[in-house]
Amino acid sequence: MARRQSDDGPSKTDVDMTPMIDMTFQLITFFVFTLNFSTAVQDERLQLPMSQLAKPAEGPAVDPITLQLMSDGNVIYMGEPLPVEEIGGYLENEKRVMLGAGKNLAEATVIVRADGRSKTGDVQELIKFCQEKGFEKFVLRAEYDEGK
Amino acid sequence: MANKREPLSDKINIDMTPMIDVVFQLITFFMLTLKTVITEGDFDIRMPLGPSQGAVSDDPIPPVRVRLIAGPSGERAGISMNGTPVRDFDELQKKLVDLVGTGPGSRAEATEVELDCDYALKYDNVVRAITAVSGVVQPDGTVVELIKKIKFSPPKRPAG
Repeated sequence: MARRQSDDGPSKTDVDMTPMIDMTFQLITFFVFTLNFSTAVQDERLQLPMSQLAKPAEGPAVDPITLQLMSDGNVIYMGEPLPVEEIGGYLENEKRVMLGAGKNLAEATVIVRADGRSKTGDVQELIKFCQEKGFEKFVLRAEYDEGK
Repeated sequence: MANKREPLSDKINIDMTPMIDVVFQLITFFMLTLKTVITEGDFDIRMPLGPSQGAVSDDPIPPVRVRLIAGPSGERAGISMNGTPVRDFDELQKKLVDLVGTGPGSRAEATEVELDCDYALKYDNVVRAITAVSGVVQPDGTVVELIKKIKFSPPKRPAG
């Protein structure tokens, strides 16, 4: 005699997917809102000094050139570390490009992101090289300290 | 012969698998590209190389000279304001407030601070000095602005 298939237990278990889908969509929403489109240069090799008065920039800087000084005295320029003394040649290129585009060097902003442990003299040398090329406007960048 | 039809089911089964796949891929993408952005702020400084030849300064107030002295390993060993030793940055700020004042009649707008730092001094101290002279943070979090004109003395590379 053929064995009859039992009708007692369910052959298919229906899992309610709604809570999981809700949660995943909430996660996606969170990530979309926290997505950072900012193009700010933030090199993790640097440990910026902290200040309660460092004001977040109100708008994008005019013709920015970002120079990052590491604690060992090297400058990160275009992602590559190089000694402070060699920055002059690269700044000369920047200057030529800006002048070629009809921009005013005095209005260009040099953003100095220097490590808090670096020597002040190195920062000053860096600024001096920029001054010698005709740059006048500097921004010293620091990490905002909420003071909590 | 009568046309027999199967009765329509009450429930439509939608296959959720592709949607869940895509949603999880999106979550994975966002999680991997998530970057925690540190809030950064700026101190604006305008520093031309030097005054143009023949230019006469019409600033009646001489710059306040803040000297930062470095110890052997670059740590701060001393501070002075116009030659007078100062204990720390809080005292520097107090002395500066006494000098230029705050509120109406303040000379802060017209005063310039010149930072004269030892070459080996850790840069962190310079930012702390700039913070001290730039403004006073009140207990309620508001900031009373002090000096806006800040400049550096030329760097003095140690001999040898």
